[in-house]
Amino acid sequence: MLANLGYGVLVITLLISLYGIAAAIQGARRKNTSWLDSARNAMLLTGPLVTLAVICLVVLLVNGNYEVEYVASYTSNSMPLYLKITALWGGQAGSLVFWTWLLSIFASAVTLRDWQRDREFLPWVIVVVLVTLIFFLGLIIFIENPFARLWEIPGGMIVKSMFPPSIAVLYTQTDGNGLNPLLRHPGMVLHPPMLYLGFVSFVIPFAFAIAALITGRTDDRWIRITRRWAIIAWLFLSLGIVLGSRWAYDVMGWGGYWAWDPVEISALMPWLSGTAFLHSAIIQEKRGMLKQWNMVLVILTYDLVIFGTFLTRSGMLSSVHAFAQSAIGPLFFAFIAFTFIASITLLLHRWDELKTEERMTSLFSKEALFLVNNLLFMGILVICFWGVIFPLLSELFTGQKVMVGPPYYEKATAPLFAALLLLMGIAPLAAWGHSNYKALGKSIRLPAIFVLLILIYAVIRGVKNPWALLGFGLCAFVMAVIVYEFWRGIRARQKIKGESFFKALWQLTTRNRRRYGGYIIHLGVVLMALGIIGIEMFQSETQGTIAQGEQLNLRGYTLRYDGLSIFDTTDGRNISRAVVSVYKDGKFLQELYPRRDYYYENQQQVTIPGVRSTWEDDLYVILIDWEPVSAEGATFKIFHNPLINWLWVGSIVFILGALIAAWPERDQSTVRNRVAKQNYSASEV
Amino acid sequence: MTSLLRSLGITIILVSIFVVNTKAQTPPPTPNDDQINAVARELYCPVCENIPLDVCGTQACEQWRGLIREKLMQGWSKEQIKQYFVDQYGDRVLATPPAKGFNWLIYIIPPLVILLGTYFLYRAFVTWKKIEKPAENDARSYPNQDEYVSRLEEELKNR
Repeated sequence: MLANLGYGVLVITLLISLYGIAAAIQGARRKNTSWLDSARNAMLLTGPLVTLAVICLVVLLVNGNYEVEYVASYTSNSMPLYLKITALWGGQAGSLVFWTWLLSIFASAVTLRDWQRDREFLPWVIVVVLVTLIFFLGLIIFIENPFARLWEIPGGMIVKSMFPPSIAVLYTQTDGNGLNPLLRHPGMVLHPPMLYLGFVSFVIPFAFAIAALITGRTDDRWIRITRRWAIIAWLFLSLGIVLGSRWAYDVMGWGGYWAWDPVEISALMPWLSGTAFLHSAIIQEKRGMLKQWNMVLVILTYDLVIFGTFLTRSGMLSSVHAFAQSAIGPLFFAFIAFTFIASITLLLHRWDELKTEERMTSLFSKEALFLVNNLLFMGILVICFWGVIFPLLSELFTGQKVMVGPPYYEKATAPLFAALLLLMGIAPLAAWGHSNYKALGKSIRLPAIFVLLILIYAVIRGVKNPWALLGFGLCAFVMAVIVYEFWRGIRARQKIKGESFFKALWQLTTRNRRRYGGYIIHLGVVLMALGIIGIEMFQSETQGTIAQGEQLNLRGYTLRYDGLSIFDTTDGRNISRAVVSVYKDGKFLQELYPRRDYYYENQQQVTIPGVRSTWEDDLYVILIDWEPVSAEGATFKIFHNPLINWLWVGSIVFILGALIAAWPERDQSTVRNRVAKQNYSASEV
Repeated sequence: MTSLLRSLGITIILVSIFVVNTKAQTPPPTPNDDQINAVARELYCPVCENIPLDVCGTQACEQWRGLIREKLMQGWSKEQIKQYFVDQYGDRVLATPPAKGFNWLIYIIPPLVILLGTYFLYRAFVTWKKIEKPAENDARSYPNQDEYVSRLEEELKNR
């Protein structure tokens, strides 16, 4: 009953969406508000309707209705309630429903905004959003249906179908297969929703951009409307990537956080183009430049979002994340091709109208540096994209399968990331419009002295790796610039308003959210960079088999194997848990419990490391193997990960900065228009 | 004297033969896990893609690590072992495609695109500069530090 209801609601949503598109086009062509209002109502309905379908699926998952194939595949009796709900995005069909649900909620939310000033955008925003929605609804209804049930046909064969095949009876298992054990982790519970929120939110800026192209309204209105959407999309995407990294660190048992897996890269690519867009959109707002380029970036980001979903869903690039192969790959490919070609055609049609009246006047101006920033982001994007698709091309043209692994990405992207760090330090000091290297050089003097001091300190502390010194120097530079910027702002406030230090800091940040939120994001990036430099350049590891009472040594740490216990849990796991004592310089620090969980229902094991975390480093211990009878000997792999926790701290600071930047401005009058700004001279800081 | 020299010569030869023989007969030490992992981390599991051999938990990978141990015991170098795996399973076991034939594209295309982007950016800058060339002592040029602070103060007055 519930399965039928859920499926029926999705079919109705598809029909309503088709109607919405037709009504919107009709409304735009005839300039008829009735048609337009009707289209708007159609789009408004999609949110509640898909929500109903999602509720149906969640109830089926929670109740354990194992006649539904999706429920039987991804839940089991022993799973707790929160994991049964998580199973909504634990499999391919459910993930697509989740994606569609988020989009429908955003679609409804967009219709509720005040359209008075932007009425001409409305029909085309509806068309773009609903076309995207229809694509995903079509995939769910016709190919990956999570409501399909299991039927037993004569001969005892079990088939999956929404509707009963002739002479078939419903087949219900007594228990399901359960969720993939790797997905039963808090990081994985939150990682997909955050990532999907990021992916789906980028559809809205794209819809407004296309609406601007179709209507020929080529000013920066679309950018101003979607600015917050873009920041929020970027915030969620960042959060999704960070949570995924943390999950990999905690569960995958390779001692790292990022493996340059194609699915990881597929989340990174829209983030890269989205970050470039957020920077270049500022140039369009401030100087009215780069209109064409911003269109390119928003189109690219949208298609990379679909491409990212495609990589995960199609199974074309199998990886640890990829789901089973399915028939949806070619459809994704066709949709990406269609939207990309259509968007670029529209852009070319408006190309001349999007030409900017403003000119770049200095190589050292803020906008010039932002452009270089865009070039670097695009460079990293090209490396990632090419690395992801190259194995396919190689197989296609030579028949030879090749692997493009971490060494390729690390070597190719490291100089570009370093250059981005440098720019992150220089750009805040540059001015809009006219600028010269002398003035810029003067601003850099103080931070440069700080860098020198940090480098001397690092050398004294024994850092000899020139690349690490370069990295630390760049981090110090950016940090000094950020502190310098805050300090100058606070001093200015104190002088004018007579505020205390903390009040001035608070007012400065809350009244200039985008600028100072941006600086806090940069601070987060610097802290993350410290963690990345630490683990990438100074990570060390050892592995050994030791008997009880014996020791392994690594980087001043001593690890003693004390014992191993093996036991079953009530939720269907067999746990093998080692007890190891950690010492440093002969002093006992703490016990760690690296373990392996074997899930009976999935016949799969998960390695959970024992980790001692400090600000300085992580000692990360994995139980590799043991002698099952006596448990007298066990094999451990130990990683020493210096500075890794700064990666997580930096991520929190980063997200905090993004929240500040995305928070609505208290005073709308502070949103100045560009004309006034130009009169105000080009010395915006 | 001659017989003494002859005896000394024979002794040296016999000692040398003994030393050489002893050396030749000493089996190479059994490689430890770290030495095996040093090779395994540069190879990728031919079955489960995108997972290096040193962290892959499948039984097949365990056997392959055993194979690396055997080869190391036989005195093979890292490069020889890597080549052995390439011969057996193809280039896909390597972390990056070997720089040959079609594979050159993976190394050439990204720098080319970036260089092209840099060129276009440079051209754009040059064109823009030609269109609007600021005077030497343009009043609107970048503010010095005092001007910066004044500008900031001016802004803050409105907030």
